[in-house]
Amino acid sequence: MNIEELIETEQQERERQAGLRNRILCCSVAGCTAAAGSAAIRGSIEAAIQEQGLPGEVEVCGTGCLGLCGHAPCVRSANLNETYHDVTAADAPYLVRGDRSRFEGRTVRDTDAFYAGQCRVVLENAGRVDPERVLDYIAAGGYKGLLKVISEMTPFEVVEEIKKSGLRGRGGAGYPTGLKWELVARQESPVKYVICNADEGDPGAFMDRSVLEGDPHRVLEGMAIAAFAVGATQGYIYVRGESPLAVERVRTAIRQAEREGLLGNRVLDHNFQFRIDVRIGAGAYVCGEETALIASIEGQRGTPRPRPPYPPEKGLWGAPTLINNVETFANIAPIIRKGSAWYASMGTAASRGTKVYALAGRIAKPGLVEVPMGTPLRTILFDIAGGVPAGYAFKAAQTGGPAAGCIPAQHLDVPMEYESLQAIGSMIGSGGLIVVDNSVCMVDLARFFMEFCMDESCGKCIPCRAGTVQMHDTLDRIIKGRGSEADLDLLAELAGLMRATSLCGLGMAAPNPVMSTLRHFKDEYLAHIHEHRCLAGSCTPREEVALV
Amino acid sequence: MRVRTLEIDGQMMTGAPGESIFNVAWNNGIHIPRMCHLGGLTDVGACRLCLVEVEGQSRLLPSCMTPVREGMVVRTNTPALQKHRKLIVELLLAERNHVCAVCVANGACELQDLATSLGVDHVRVRYRHPQCEVDLSHPRFGLDHNRCILCSRCVRVCDEVEGAHNWDIGHRGTNARVISDFGTAWGDSESCTSCGKCVQVCPTGALFSKGASVGEMRKDRSFLKYIVTAREKHQWIR
Repeated sequence: MNIEELIETEQQERERQAGLRNRILCCSVAGCTAAAGSAAIRGSIEAAIQEQGLPGEVEVCGTGCLGLCGHAPCVRSANLNETYHDVTAADAPYLVRGDRSRFEGRTVRDTDAFYAGQCRVVLENAGRVDPERVLDYIAAGGYKGLLKVISEMTPFEVVEEIKKSGLRGRGGAGYPTGLKWELVARQESPVKYVICNADEGDPGAFMDRSVLEGDPHRVLEGMAIAAFAVGATQGYIYVRGESPLAVERVRTAIRQAEREGLLGNRVLDHNFQFRIDVRIGAGAYVCGEETALIASIEGQRGTPRPRPPYPPEKGLWGAPTLINNVETFANIAPIIRKGSAWYASMGTAASRGTKVYALAGRIAKPGLVEVPMGTPLRTILFDIAGGVPAGYAFKAAQTGGPAAGCIPAQHLDVPMEYESLQAIGSMIGSGGLIVVDNSVCMVDLARFFMEFCMDESCGKCIPCRAGTVQMHDTLDRIIKGRGSEADLDLLAELAGLMRATSLCGLGMAAPNPVMSTLRHFKDEYLAHIHEHRCLAGSCTPREEVALV
Repeated sequence: MRVRTLEIDGQMMTGAPGESIFNVAWNNGIHIPRMCHLGGLTDVGACRLCLVEVEGQSRLLPSCMTPVREGMVVRTNTPALQKHRKLIVELLLAERNHVCAVCVANGACELQDLATSLGVDHVRVRYRHPQCEVDLSHPRFGLDHNRCILCSRCVRVCDEVEGAHNWDIGHRGTNARVISDFGTAWGDSESCTSCGKCVQVCPTGALFSKGASVGEMRKDRSFLKYIVTAREKHQWIR
């Protein structure tokens, strides 16, 4: 496909879609398909279209995550601008007919707070594009960013554009993306690589998986633009094997893009070549760390190595390597299409753009939301996601999985951006948000995350390998009512050691949930130690008396 | 060749480009503690004992893997570093069953020496007392996982110097173990050449020669210098 053909294809597909009376889009990411059977519903809608004699007028297709994962499956009616949740196969004829009365109480309009409160950039195609059809993506303006960089821009200009946008890495560390690209672009090497880190493993986080399953071409386009900017010809997407649907969608998308000449030897019939291969991880959390991920792609044991040298200098097989997270790549195409000024106009001065959050735990509407950086936590949880269900009280929100900390109720108005969260001992991390209610013991929560880190430690460096075990045992002792105040000092000392001396981010960040719960909920620790009781009432600490 | 001039613990020193802080310090009489580093083998930066403070760097850097730079100011023995090293050694001692009194390497153990030199007179974390296996299937050598600190010297010497790659690390986290071939008994290994290099580089009593009793195991590493020097100077082809 060359440039003229891409534009023509976009026109044709748009006209075709405009000629339809309605498009019914069933969410087809794993939450709705595997857990709630949206594929079967899609079949019934197909049958209902036949029955009502509307083929060619009404169309049913899959689409990316509609956001209401806690009320799956979700279906969207394109011309009514409405999304219905908890849909069953029996609803199919009503959906086709456009009978809205059937869905009373199950309808979320685009003007409702859930959608109106959001600002969708990464998720802009959710509810518009079928992830399995490249034409759909093209009709929605897809690959226009790639077209623009190839036909109008120099690699230097692309890097400058990303720098100006203020985009920061969405994998957790928040390193400025443009600077990283510049580092790789500056390296003189005949071989360079672009890697997409899709090894999302935080408990409660599913943003990256949803993006890959719901809009894989967007990630491919972002990677291709990055490859053009830094001078790479080969890319890898490292997906964890626990997301088989994401692997399948990405593979389909790569095949389609290659067939259409959007990837391969002559991208868009220009003198630019770029190929992408999929590498499947075996599910080790530490393989999300960039050097461990690179080792894993190389076929080695997935353990991190000390940095520097950083991957932009010495990465995959020793070559300069650009490694970005899925969500980071998903932001690239819109930035190029709409300009860095548009992107930089969202968010705050230090944190530009938007961020996708995966909401889980005790919340009315668990699922995916995307809001501008700096949106207060209260707005996300209470205005958009409907707050905590009746009968429960908000206690804290755990951000960023096992690497970050909790945000207690008194900090609900904190703007969600990198620096503000750091100031209160937490971080955005990859974007998981687990809402915890009053029935959860914070010491137990800290122990849960420490157990996770203990299990996922690779064992290479001592502070992480042995430190996580000792911290976990100390927390366990406190929970069982056998702890002492000296144990709190020990926790602090171990935390200090792990933060300062661990080899990679896993060990450095593992103490964060403990230290943040100790900071905000010390009374719960002390109640376990002194009174042998749990303030939340969820664990039953009791002094065990040995009668030997 | 232009030398690099830097300051380590207040002394001015010079090193070759690409040389590590650890080496330069060692050559000038400053012995930074270490467990995984061994001259002649590639470095992995795993034990975190040789971490040093470098002025202008917010993080501690592993001296074995950080090349010297012109004008660098390095501190190798600050109170904070001493505190970290002590706790690391305590974690190591508590992790498995390091019972010096009944260990073959008693008196010639790098972990023991390090604990003594750092002043580790007690361990503040709880001993874990894990159940670890002892592999005595090899006719000449034994592997006692109770004493292993996972420094991976054996893995590297077998791969890089002997070229056999019998050893590797299996499993993860606290369950990580040195494994022979694909986790078979050492005696059944098809790749092991029985050269014994792994035994000689092991810093503790984890790898030992059969027949050595308590406190009798002595390690001889002269072969390593001999081989590595010969290799670097291409003496093999003369």
